[in-house]
Amino acid sequence: MEEIYAKFVSQKISKTRWRPLPPGSLQTAETFATGSWDNEENYISLWSIGDFGNLDSDGGFEGDHQLLCDIRHHGDVMDLQTLSVNQQWTTAHYHTGPGSPSYSSAPCTGVVCNNPEIVTVGEDGRINLFRADHKEAVRTIDNADSSTLHAVTFLRTPEILTVNSIGQLKIWDFRQQGNEPSQILSLTGDRVPLHCVDRHPNQQHVVATGGQDGMLSIWDVRQGTMPVSLLKAHEAEMWEVHFHPSNPEHLFTCSEDGSLWHWDASTDVPEKSSLFHQGGRSSTFLSHSISNQANVHQSVISSWLSTDPAKDRIEITSLLPSRSLSVNTLDVLGPCLVCGTDAEAIYVTRHLFS
Amino acid sequence: MEELDGEPTVTLIPGVNSKKNQMYFDWGPGEMLVCETSFNKKEKSEMVPSCPFIYIIRKDVDVYSQILRKLFNESHGIFLGLQRIDEELTGKSRKSQLVRVSKNYRSVIRACMEEMHQVAIAAKDPANGRQFSSQVSILSAMELIWNLCEILFIEVAPAGPLLLHLLDWVRLHVCEVDSLSADVLGSENPSKHDSFWNLPGNTQTLTELELKWQHWHEECERYLQDSTFATSPHLESLLKIMLGDEAALLEQKELLSNWYHFLVTRLLYSNPTVKPIDLHYYAQSSLDLFLGGESSPEPLDNILLAAFEFDIHQVIKECSIALSNWWFVAHLTDLLDHCKLLQSHNLYFGSNMREFLLLEYASGLFAHPSLWQLGVDYFDYCPELGRVSLELHIERIPLNTEQKALKVLRICEQRQMTEQVRSICKILAMKAVRNNRLGSALSWSIRAKDAAFATLVSDRFLRDYCERGCFSDLDLIDNLGPAMMLSDRLTFLGKYREFHRMYGEKRFADAASLLLSLMTSRIAPRSFWMTLLTDALPLLEQKQVIFSAEQTYELMRCLEDLTSRRPVHGESDTEQLQDDDIETTKVEMLRLSLARNLARAIIREGSLEGS
Repeated sequence: MEEIYAKFVSQKISKTRWRPLPPGSLQTAETFATGSWDNEENYISLWSIGDFGNLDSDGGFEGDHQLLCDIRHHGDVMDLQTLSVNQQWTTAHYHTGPGSPSYSSAPCTGVVCNNPEIVTVGEDGRINLFRADHKEAVRTIDNADSSTLHAVTFLRTPEILTVNSIGQLKIWDFRQQGNEPSQILSLTGDRVPLHCVDRHPNQQHVVATGGQDGMLSIWDVRQGTMPVSLLKAHEAEMWEVHFHPSNPEHLFTCSEDGSLWHWDASTDVPEKSSLFHQGGRSSTFLSHSISNQANVHQSVISSWLSTDPAKDRIEITSLLPSRSLSVNTLDVLGPCLVCGTDAEAIYVTRHLFS
Repeated sequence: MEELDGEPTVTLIPGVNSKKNQMYFDWGPGEMLVCETSFNKKEKSEMVPSCPFIYIIRKDVDVYSQILRKLFNESHGIFLGLQRIDEELTGKSRKSQLVRVSKNYRSVIRACMEEMHQVAIAAKDPANGRQFSSQVSILSAMELIWNLCEILFIEVAPAGPLLLHLLDWVRLHVCEVDSLSADVLGSENPSKHDSFWNLPGNTQTLTELELKWQHWHEECERYLQDSTFATSPHLESLLKIMLGDEAALLEQKELLSNWYHFLVTRLLYSNPTVKPIDLHYYAQSSLDLFLGGESSPEPLDNILLAAFEFDIHQVIKECSIALSNWWFVAHLTDLLDHCKLLQSHNLYFGSNMREFLLLEYASGLFAHPSLWQLGVDYFDYCPELGRVSLELHIERIPLNTEQKALKVLRICEQRQMTEQVRSICKILAMKAVRNNRLGSALSWSIRAKDAAFATLVSDRFLRDYCERGCFSDLDLIDNLGPAMMLSDRLTFLGKYREFHRMYGEKRFADAASLLLSLMTSRIAPRSFWMTLLTDALPLLEQKQVIFSAEQTYELMRCLEDLTSRRPVHGESDTEQLQDDDIETTKVEMLRLSLARNLARAIIREGSLEGS
């Protein structure tokens, strides 16, 4: 790999996201936002890695990121998304409501956008659906979960998927009334909290989750309630998992143990016609294929769902040069990757696949 | 008891009138709390003190500087790298690694210095600009001292290269106003100088160098004696300088920015093959000559002098006093300790100097809301008191969000601090219970393997059930998994819910035997037995016989057990009578059902099959 630039920024970074590019654009990513946490004053900052001609006298840190602007943020920044809004929802999450005298707010842990809809989840187990132009929440599911909801993602447009701290995935359908999830999936065995979730960009039924024990799980939400594969990954909590938006054969995870991994499941063989195996072990990971996939169409199968270790080896690379404190966040767009750590550093690379 | 090193400074606190009222203060880990009391000095106490605020006073403001934070973070990485250097390495490879670490530290200081310099220039407010500039000079002094320590203690340059290193050192730091003069005085005859030293790949031995230099020196002296340059006083004074004549050098005092510049220049021309142990003679005399009795040495001068005298402890002590933050002394001492230069100089409370300084530095980090994460790693490398300090500090970190709590817990678990894990999980679980997040509470008690708390949560669930007649949070109870084994009460909860499920699915026989086993195995709490027995009623009243005779006997025994041991409550009479009424009705109904069921069961079991 490729040059990866580090910059110390005097704030612990909790979230970072690339500014989305217009679809079909040929530009590479240029701007990203970061949110800090654990400071007395937290900031959301916008950074640019564009070529402003900022060559130092040392002869050129052309990849060095520069601060464009920042704004104060009350509390820790837990999640970031990009959308045009002109509203502020300050009491979206709470333990005891704004009406009562013992009002106590609860941290909002995740937010996801699908223009113009915004979905938020929090430690109060509540799911809120907002629209960018409405003052009040369009829909609120109180007590959707008895534990903390850690992350949320859209499946198909009216459906969302949440993960919680007792190791369950729940699918909610906003077309249905009522406060019950339409489906619940979980692991057998220990109820390990799940911290992050991401959906495959093309195949809306494939979902990856990361857990407190550093385990990466790939799920097929159409089939049963068990994960398709469990991959032992990090030694501590996995904070974020991302499929690459344009190359979904690549997956990225970052963790409390200070590492950032690039999982490359692309294979040389263009077609795979094998059925799925049970079990199997390889030197780099332990993989568990549990479901019986005999009835599935063989034509378009994500390589993530097939875990035949003899054929499909997943190559895992660690991207950071040395172990540091926790890597809290990462984002990928095109050939660019950005991540932020608790060592108050931001790492950027623009050549992910060289 | 050590003597006071200086007069304590007085700091006035705005708003507090210390002349009128007495002040109260209390020490914290890194700071002090001060407020005004209502005790008047003139013995008349007023009702309310005039100043209503409590002040927090900190000495260490560096921790809050945005630019210095980068110093702390980057040096943290270097510190960890240093600790992990293989202990097996000895000799040259180890020395070169240590030198590299030292250079890394210094480059971090320089980077900070440059950034702060940029900010100082760009500052709109002159007071701010001055503050930044003074910070820059402090950093510059730190780098100066560190560099000298690197040359003398870590690089341990022997007699020949020593002067070269010192020359570089001076050149690097005398860069402000007098860069021009430095060139003039420092490398006056570049051609002669370079060829003399044969700079790249110096293969001559010390004696060869000495001889060469002697020869050259004598030649210069001859020129002076012969008055070859008598016509030009400028050239004559130049010659005298080249001979290392102190008076001549001092004449150019304005061009020499400080005494150590003078020292090195002097050495260059009078004794270039100076040995490290002889340095301090020259250092002391250079200082005295340069100051010329006009001014007294500043703290920086004393520190450098102590370094030239190879008195490491004095260097560290003076630095500790002069600087407001422990960063410098902690990291320098740690590095010198790795060079095996510090004797195990035990302090009053048993730990050595390196550990003491690291502990102080790390404690200062913990006082900061964000930098505490760095402090953890420093405590890890303090073998005697590090773990204990970490245990105390980590419990006191405020936990506002679950994410922060998870990070703290991970730190504790990695170091097997089970007590701390327990106590933190308990705090979080209590908060969750108070907010009615029973799933979260359970998840915390599972992580801490806290059976007592799991029991508490289960009791809450059961109580909710009794009050409402149905379970809340079915998604949790239905999916407990192996966590059910954590506590008996939790197991009971899970099994009880299973009973309800079976009943709902009309698997009456299974439900019945489950219910019975819940009572006979004694995992059901006594208070719940009545509810269980009442749950058995519909099963007893079914058309078909579900409970066998044996099972019915068991149920009857449980009922008798329950009624015979009913304790006398201290309630009011009317309430007691009412309760008793309901109770007795229930009991009677149960007895009736059980008897009827027993009859039917006996008959059924007594009959032949099929008849």
